[in-house]
Amino acid sequence: MASTVQTLSIPEAPPRPSSRPRSLARTLRFCRQKPLGAIGAVIVLALIVMAVFADRIAPYTYDESVARMKPPGVKYWMGTDNLGRDIWSRVVFGARISVTVGFSTVLLATVLATIIGVSSAYLGGAYDIVVQRVVDAWMSFPALVIVLSMLAALGPGLLNLILALSILGAAGTSRVIRGAALSTMQNPYVEAARALGAGHARVILRHVLPNVMATVIILATVGLGTVILAESALSFLGFGIPPPYPSWGGMLSGSGRTFMYHAPWMALWPATAISLAVFGFNMFGDALRDLLDPRLRGGGGRPVS
Amino acid sequence: MPTYVLRRLLIAIPSLLIATFIVFTLPRLIPGDVVQLMLEEKAYGKDLEELRAKLGLDRPILVQYAAWLGAVGRGHLGESLWTRQPVLTELGRRLPVTLTLGALAIAVAIAIGVPVGVIAGVRQDGALDFFARSAAILGLSIPAFVKAIVVILLPAIWWGWTPMIRFVEFSKDPAMHLLQFVLPGTILGIASAAAIMRLTRGMLLEVLRQDYVRTAWAKGLRERVVVLKHALKNALIPVVTVLGLQVAQIAGGAVIIEVIFSLPGMGQLLVESIIQRDYPVIQGINLVIVGMIVATNLAVDLLYAVMDPRIRY
Repeated sequence: MASTVQTLSIPEAPPRPSSRPRSLARTLRFCRQKPLGAIGAVIVLALIVMAVFADRIAPYTYDESVARMKPPGVKYWMGTDNLGRDIWSRVVFGARISVTVGFSTVLLATVLATIIGVSSAYLGGAYDIVVQRVVDAWMSFPALVIVLSMLAALGPGLLNLILALSILGAAGTSRVIRGAALSTMQNPYVEAARALGAGHARVILRHVLPNVMATVIILATVGLGTVILAESALSFLGFGIPPPYPSWGGMLSGSGRTFMYHAPWMALWPATAISLAVFGFNMFGDALRDLLDPRLRGGGGRPVS
Repeated sequence: MPTYVLRRLLIAIPSLLIATFIVFTLPRLIPGDVVQLMLEEKAYGKDLEELRAKLGLDRPILVQYAAWLGAVGRGHLGESLWTRQPVLTELGRRLPVTLTLGALAIAVAIAIGVPVGVIAGVRQDGALDFFARSAAILGLSIPAFVKAIVVILLPAIWWGWTPMIRFVEFSKDPAMHLLQFVLPGTILGIASAAAIMRLTRGMLLEVLRQDYVRTAWAKGLRERVVVLKHALKNALIPVVTVLGLQVAQIAGGAVIIEVIFSLPGMGQLLVESIIQRDYPVIQGINLVIVGMIVATNLAVDLLYAVMDPRIRY
C-alpha cells in the first residue's frame, strides 16, 4: 500500500500551468455533445463581434451612397440598394440593433421578472393573488398585439422598443421564477435561516435568490432569440428603429419590399441575417438550458419543447 | 367537475377585468393632451373644459372605466376618430377574414404536426425523424414574415409569377376567396406545426415506454392499434394545452401576415389604426383579441379536465 502511494506522489507531477486546458476541454465537450449548440454559439459570437466592431468591419457607413442597385459582385458582395447604400455594411450595422435590443431587453425583463416573481412568492397572500391576476391579464394578449399597442402610446424609438418588449417579456418569465422561488422556500435551510433570526432581506438575498439564479439564467438565454425575432417583426411593420439607421426587419420592409422584384438581394440578405440570428440564439439557448438544468442532464439529449 | 368549471370561470373573470382595464388605459398613456389636439384639429367643442366634460374625461379614471365597460357590455365600442364609422361595424367586417386565416393556420398546424410527430416518434432516429426534426428547427427559426417574403419572391425570380394582391370578397367568388387564404394560412401555421410536431414526438416517446403500452404489445395487438389507440390518446393531452398557447401565437402572427398579403383582417386594421392613432379602434381590436384568447384558455382548461380523467379537481 505504502509503495503505491509513493509512486503517485504529488510533487513529481508537473504543476498545472493554468486553467486554460480545462476550459478548452470543457468547450470541446460542449461541441461534441451539442453540435447544434456549438454552431449557435459561433453565430452568436460572430453577431457580437459584428455589432461591437461594426465601423471597422463594414467597408462603408450605413447611409453612405456608393452605387445604385448593383447586384452582388466583387466590390459590393451583397449588392447595393435603391439609395446606393452597400447592403453588407448595412447588415453589419444592423447587427448592432439586434444585439443591443436583444441583450438590453433581456436584462431589463429579467430584472423586472425576478423582482416580481420573488416578491410574489416570498410575500404571498393577497399581494401574490393580485400580482398573479395582473400577470394573467398581460399574458392573455398576443405578444405582437400588446407591443404594437404600447408603442402606439409610447411612440417609436430604440428606448421605447426596449421598454415595451421588456414589460411584455417580464410577465411570462416572472411566473416561472415565482414557481422556482416557491419551491426553494420549501427547503429546510430557509426555515433554519429564519429561525436564526435572519431578516427578510437576508433570507431573500442570501438564500432564495442564489437558488433561483439557474432558472433566471436559463430563461434569459432562451428569451434572447424571441426578443430578436420580435424586434425584427416590429421594425418590419415600421414601429422599430426609425430610418436611416438600418435594422434587419426595417431593411425587409419599405424599399426592400418595393424593389425586391428588381433587386431580390435587397430582401434576401436581411432575411438571411434575421433567420441566422434567431437560429443561432435559439440553438445556443437550448443547449445551454440542457447543460445548466440538472433535471435534463444525462437525459440523452431528449428534446423538450 | 361542476365545481371545477365554476372555479375556473371565477378565476377567468378577474383576469378578463384586468385585461379590459389594460385595454382601456393603454391609449391614455399617450404623451400630450388628446383633448387639446381634438379641439385644435377637429373643433369638436367650444373650449377645453366643455369638451372634457362632454367626453367624460373630467371624471376619475375608475368611473370612466366603469362607464366604458358598461357601454362595451351593451355593445357600444365607440366610433372611429378617422372614418366616423362605428367600431363594431368595422370589426364585424374584419373579424371573419382573421378567423378564416387563423382557422386555416391551426388546421395546417394540426394536420402536419400530429401525424409527422407520431411517425417521427415511432421510428425514432430514423430518416424521417431526422428530417422532421431538422425541418422543425428551420420552421421555428425563420420568422413568418421572412418565410412569406421568400415565398412571394422566389417564384417571382424563377418564373416571373407573383401571387395576386387584390382581395376577393366571398360573395363575388367563393372559391377564389378561400384559395387566397391557402398560402398565408400555411405560412402562418408552419411554426405552430413545428412546435406541435416536437411535442407530439416527445410525449409519444415517453408514453411508448410505459407499462400499459408494453402490456398492449404483449397482448399481440398490431402496431397501429398500440400506437394510435393506446399511446397517442395519452400523448396528445399536453398537445391540447400547447395548441391553446398557439392560438395566441397565431393571433399575433396574423397581424404581420395580413399586412404582407394585403388581407383586410383585424391585424391589418390594427396596424392602420396605430399609424393613424385611432384609439377607439385600437381598443376595440384589443378587446376582441383578448376576449378570444381568454375564452380559448378557458376552453383548453375545461377540455383538459374532460380528456384526462386522472385529473380530479
